[in-house]
Amino acid sequence: MNPTVIAARAGLTRGWIEFRQSLTNYNDLAGYILPNAIFVAVMYFQRHATIPGMPVSLGARTLPSVLGMSVGFGLILLAQQLAVEREDGTLLRAKATPNGMLGYLIGKILTVTGMTLTGCLVSFVPGVVLFGDVLTDDPRAWLHLIWVILLGFAATLPIGAVLGSLLSNPRHLGLVMLPWMALVGTSGIFYPITAYPGWAQGIAQAFPLYWLGLGARSGLLPASQAALEIGGSWRHLETAAVLGTWAIMGLILAPVVLRRMARHESGSAVEARRERALQRSGR
Amino acid sequence: MATVQRSGAPARAAEPSSESAVVEVCDLRMRYGSTDVLAGLTFQVHRGEVLALLGPNGAGKTTTIEILEGFRMRSAGEVSVLGVDPKHGDEAWRARLGVVLQSWRDHAKWQVRELLAHLGVYYAPYSTERIRRPWEVDDLLATVGLAQHANKRVGQLSGGQRRRLDVAIGIVGRPELLFLDDTTILLTTHDLDEAEKLADRIVILAGGSIIAEGSADQLTRRISAQAEIRWTLDGQRFVHATADSTAFVRNLFQQYGDAIGDLEVRRPSLEDAYITLVRDFEAGRTTTAVRDFSEVVR
Repeated sequence: MNPTVIAARAGLTRGWIEFRQSLTNYNDLAGYILPNAIFVAVMYFQRHATIPGMPVSLGARTLPSVLGMSVGFGLILLAQQLAVEREDGTLLRAKATPNGMLGYLIGKILTVTGMTLTGCLVSFVPGVVLFGDVLTDDPRAWLHLIWVILLGFAATLPIGAVLGSLLSNPRHLGLVMLPWMALVGTSGIFYPITAYPGWAQGIAQAFPLYWLGLGARSGLLPASQAALEIGGSWRHLETAAVLGTWAIMGLILAPVVLRRMARHESGSAVEARRERALQRSGR
Repeated sequence: MATVQRSGAPARAAEPSSESAVVEVCDLRMRYGSTDVLAGLTFQVHRGEVLALLGPNGAGKTTTIEILEGFRMRSAGEVSVLGVDPKHGDEAWRARLGVVLQSWRDHAKWQVRELLAHLGVYYAPYSTERIRRPWEVDDLLATVGLAQHANKRVGQLSGGQRRRLDVAIGIVGRPELLFLDDTTILLTTHDLDEAEKLADRIVILAGGSIIAEGSADQLTRRISAQAEIRWTLDGQRFVHATADSTAFVRNLFQQYGDAIGDLEVRRPSLEDAYITLVRDFEAGRTTTAVRDFSEVVR
C-alpha cells in the first residue's frame, strides 16, 4: 500500500491513542474539569439574572457562548502541544521516521479535536441540564451549530499550529494565553457585546472567538434573542465569511510555518532547548 | 558514532573499496558566518564496519552526523549516504536509516510496546525481500532486554531502560545504517572503552578537521610503540619501557624465575592516545604543524 496512506492511517491511530491517554491521567483530567467547573458555576449564578429586553437568562445565554469559546480553545491546546513536543524531542522522532511528520500532524489534529470536543461536553452537558427548557428544539438550528463548530475548528486549529511553531519555548505560552484571555473578555462570551465600547467591539469582531460564540448562540437560543446582538441579527453570512477567512489564512500559512519548523529540528536543537529548560529549573 | 548493521552473515568487507562504502564524505565543509565548523572532512564508512567519531566539544561531531542524517544542510562538499545525497534524501531513503536519539521525556504517556508497534507501522511499506520491515515488536523487546517492561509507560522507565528503548526505536525499521547520536554524553573514559571495544575504526575530530584515523590499536601505537612493564623483585619495585614486551618478560622470568611478582604489562590505552592527539592538536593549532601532523597520521 501507498506509504503516505499508511502514515495517514498511523496518524489516526496515534490521535486515538493520545486522546485516550488524555482521559486517563490527572493533569489532562484536571484540564478538562477545572475550567469547565468554573464556567458551569458562572452559568449557575447567572441563571436568574436577566437584562431588559432579553428573553432568556444570562446563564442560558452564556451556555452556547462558552461552547463556542471552548471550540476555539483547541487553538491554545494545539499551540501548547506543539511547543512542548518540539522541546521534548517528539517532533524530532517523527522527523526521523519515514512519513512520520504526516502521521504526527494528523494524530495531533485528531487528539486536539477530541480533547477540545470533550472539554466542550464537560460544560455543555451540565449546562443543558440547567437550561434545557430554554434551548431551541429546531433540528435545523442544531445543524447550524455543527457547521459553526466545523468551520470554527478550521479557523482556529491552523492558527494554533502556526503559533505553536513560532513559540521558541513552551514556557512562552503566556504570549498566546494572555491575548486569548483579553479576547475572551471583549468577545461577549459572558455578557452581550453590545454593552461594550465601540473599539472593543471592533477588535473582537476581527477575531474568530466572537463569531464562534455568536454562531453557537444563533444555533441554540430562540430567534428573538438575536435582538441583543450587533445589528440585531445573527449575521450568519458574516460569521461564515470571518471564520472562512481565518481558515483560509491559517491553511495557507500553517504548512509553510510547520515545514520551516520541521526543517530546523535536529538533535542539537532539541539538546539546546533541553539545556535551557534545565537551567531554568535550577539544575 | 556511526555503525553499519551487518545484514545476513556477519561478514565484513575484507578490503575497503569504494563499492562497499555506505557513507562517503568528500571535503565536507560547514561554515556559520565566518566560522568554519567543518574544514573539509573526507572519510568513508564501509558495509559491515563500525566507525566511531570521537572529538572534544565543538569539534564538529554533531554537525557531521546531522548532515549525514539529512537534518542539516552543508555549506560545501560531497556526501553520499546509502548512495543518496542526504540533501535530496526522500522518505524511502529515510526508511533505510536508523537514528538513535537521546530521548528526554517524549512519549512519556505511551506504553513501551504500543510506541514501538506504532513507529514500526511507518516502515512496513519499505519492506523488501531481503530486509523485512519493521522488526517484530516482541522480538525487538527481547533483543533490547525490555520484554518484561513491555506494558510499562515510557515515563516510568529507568534511565538505562529508556536508553534501551531509544536503541529499539532506532532499529525498529531494520536500518541498513545506524547512527548513534550521543550529543549529550561528554567523552568519558567509559565511552572511550566502549569505542575501543565496538569500533573497527576510529576517526578523531578536532577543530573541524580529522586529526587522526585508524583502529584503536593503530591509534595507540601512533602515540607510543612502547609498553610499560612493572614488577617486583625482592620487595623492590621496577618499571621498564620497551617495544618488545614479550621478549623482555620472557627474559625476566628466565633470569629470576619465581622471584618475580606483581607483573604488569601496560600498553597505552585509547584514552591515552585520544588525549595526546587532541592535546598535541590544540597545542599546535595556530601553526602549520597541524597539517603536517594530520598528513602523517593519514
